[in-house]
Amino acid sequence: MKADPRGVLTGIHFMDGDHAACEGALAAGCRFAAGYPITPSTEVVERFAARIPTVGGVFIQMEDELASSIAIQGGAWAGHKVMTVTSGPGLSLMMEHVGLAAITETPCVIVDVQRGGPSTGLPTLPAQADMMQVRWGSHGDYSIIALSPNSPQECFDLLIKAFNLAEEYRVPVFFMMDEVVGHMTERVVIPEASEIEVVERKWTRKKPGEYRPFECEDGSLVPSMVKAGDGYRIHITGLTHDERGYPAMNVAAQDKLVRRLKDKVDLLRDRIVDVREDGVDGADVVVVSYGITSRIAGAAVEAARARGVRVGHMRLVITWPFPSGRIAEVAKTARAFVVPELNMGQMVIEVERAVCGRASVRCVPHAGGTVHDPDVILDAIMEAAR
Amino acid sequence: MAKTEIRIGGLGGQGVILSGIIIGKAAAIYDGKHSTLIQAFGPEARGSACSAQVTVSDAPIGYPYVKNPDILVVMSRDAFVQFAPTLKDNGLLLYEEELVEPSGLPAGVRAYGVPATRFAEELGRRLVLNIVMVGFFAGVTGLLSYSAMEKAVLASVPRGTEDLNLRAFKRGYEHGQALVARA
Amino acid sequence: MSEDLARFEDVENPVMPYLRQERIPHIWCPGCGIGTTVNCFARALTESGLDLDKVSIVSGIGCTGRVAGYMRLDSFHTTHGRAIPFATGLKLANPRLKVVVYSGDGDLFAIGGNHFVHAARRNMDLTVICVNNSTYGMTGGQVAPTTPLGATQTTMPYGNFENPFNLPFLADACGAVYVARWTVFHVKQLTRAMKEALLKPGFTFIEVLAPCPTLYLRRNRLGDGVDQVKYYKEKSTIKHGADTKEVGLGFQSDIVVGKFVDRERPTWLDSMNQHFSKVLGTRFQPWGGSNGED
Repeated sequence: MKADPRGVLTGIHFMDGDHAACEGALAAGCRFAAGYPITPSTEVVERFAARIPTVGGVFIQMEDELASSIAIQGGAWAGHKVMTVTSGPGLSLMMEHVGLAAITETPCVIVDVQRGGPSTGLPTLPAQADMMQVRWGSHGDYSIIALSPNSPQECFDLLIKAFNLAEEYRVPVFFMMDEVVGHMTERVVIPEASEIEVVERKWTRKKPGEYRPFECEDGSLVPSMVKAGDGYRIHITGLTHDERGYPAMNVAAQDKLVRRLKDKVDLLRDRIVDVREDGVDGADVVVVSYGITSRIAGAAVEAARARGVRVGHMRLVITWPFPSGRIAEVAKTARAFVVPELNMGQMVIEVERAVCGRASVRCVPHAGGTVHDPDVILDAIMEAAR
Repeated sequence: MAKTEIRIGGLGGQGVILSGIIIGKAAAIYDGKHSTLIQAFGPEARGSACSAQVTVSDAPIGYPYVKNPDILVVMSRDAFVQFAPTLKDNGLLLYEEELVEPSGLPAGVRAYGVPATRFAEELGRRLVLNIVMVGFFAGVTGLLSYSAMEKAVLASVPRGTEDLNLRAFKRGYEHGQALVARA
Repeated sequence: MSEDLARFEDVENPVMPYLRQERIPHIWCPGCGIGTTVNCFARALTESGLDLDKVSIVSGIGCTGRVAGYMRLDSFHTTHGRAIPFATGLKLANPRLKVVVYSGDGDLFAIGGNHFVHAARRNMDLTVICVNNSTYGMTGGQVAPTTPLGATQTTMPYGNFENPFNLPFLADACGAVYVARWTVFHVKQLTRAMKEALLKPGFTFIEVLAPCPTLYLRRNRLGDGVDQVKYYKEKSTIKHGADTKEVGLGFQSDIVVGKFVDRERPTWLDSMNQHFSKVLGTRFQPWGGSNGED
């Protein structure tokens, strides 16, 4: 399906990442957003608030992030594509409803413009330290999808992809920006609506009475949806439930539901992951990076090549699910992995798990506040190559 | 693969960020180059220090920050004191000559001054001093085409002020060209 | 729906078609007042004439939080305290829906207090029904923001020394356009109030006093559910238009019931639509309308 032209600001713009993300959401068909002000993410909803009245839709500034993150779920069950936007402290509050969205399989997008933490931390400066929180932050077992854009253009392009993935898999999808990407201004090309592919919600074809909200058909792991007001009289609960959506307080129901909540992303991991590779085959050292750090790492990789090191670069565009399979494959030939990230070592744990001792793994941590100095990453590459 | 790193510094309220946006826009939209603008983001009280970093390049830009600019544009004494030591050797300094007195510059730096505030006042609005500065930048550096810069100015200023801003841009531009011709 | 109703009317409790019968028996204790309120609500729905396919019910967590699960409506059992913001999203994203929040006192006024305050302030087009049983039932009888001074609860083992909320006063002060209080003794009045609230645009609020025999009454040696209903009968005075400041509750004190507030204010959506029409003119894309007029 093609994008609704009313939401598409076709043209060539000089725009920052926050504003580009808003345009991405509108192009994706988001017509309901709720948010609470928090630096450095606020510009996304400020623009949404200004744009949505002429596109057709609603923005509401809620009383806090607890409210924002569940108001959008009401919006989703009313039939719309929905989004909320936040940063670290707000993300912590939203964890309650990440779990609700996971268990009720409510498609929604949560934009996280990462800043330094813990707690209030560095409100105006970057970090990539929420990577594990978005994967594991709400209690219980479930799966999510996360994307890591590295430029304003990607804030537009990949946010559309984020909405599409939310609809396809019915999971909360996290859009892991950071302060640098959010506030960096670059050229953003917004194509014609007819060139933008958007995924429509998977609506049921069944009639009221026949339809069971959490029944999967045709071997799919993702049930089809209806919306409130269509006569289906659905029941949706955050309790463990059966295919009818009714609470089911027993071991079998728990196993069936939770297993599927994990499997629907984990088993389809290879279809979802998106790794951009540069010179990985035959490389001795492989740098694994994501988000803003991938741009800095790119500069270090080139500098290392100029010094004769056979170094490859794997850029994770989709960070969750993690591309364990591909990393494991590369670990058969590469001698070392170098993982720079704006945290004290988060995704490197996943790299280590996938490499499983077949190569050395070197973390290049950074507590946040700015990006890495490319020379620091270069040094790590040179040491790993030795 | 030419890459030019620019730092613009001044005080909040002088239109420092808008100057960066105009240069970035001229490069990225109208001159077909790559450009990244980073703005120092903080409590933006009027009158406090404010700066923008602009990278202009023929190739995609990786590292987005400007550590050692090729070109430094300063509209306040504080900005000069803070950023002048970071200028590359043989770099270029553009300064508001009634607010900044350059001294102790890195080796080989060429410096050009413009009375941007006075020019702006003569044009009728002190507010357009940043556009005079942008014109001056265009005139001295020749980094971006005149037409790209002009279009970027028109696309960035409030509706109804285009004429005034174009005159400010021209005034700065001509002053810059004249200084370069003399040098 | 009406055919279904006719079929059931002679043989069964007329409320049954409104319930998910396959989920009965319910979880509520004998003598609990929640079921009575559901009965009244079902009758109010019939009398309201609303298209039930367009009515959604949203609950939080707790004993009253289970109401959504038993109603044969589009029903959402959300997280603790967050029924109102979920309902807000549902209503704003589809203004044609009538959205009811049905939850308990702890859920709506302790953990969810901030959401209540702001939804009332905004005059969000929601009907909020609070079953106030003065305690946390589901978790075993802890002190609630509505527990009267002096009542004993598991986390106030020596008697409650915290001042409780006067819910009608709170709702009134925050801007609710309809505020009423009834008890489960007043089934007719409660049913009428629910109907009025359902049909009135804006943030409408009903507090229903209901007994929790298992945890509140037993712990305070107040007898069983019937004894408490007797208390409601004997100590209640109907006083429509009462000053909400004056209707606070004490331990087994006199109870003022009635319709305290009934006023007009534009709803959030109406305000938004009017404001944007004025400011943005024809560029504005109007969004729905309140209570199905769209």
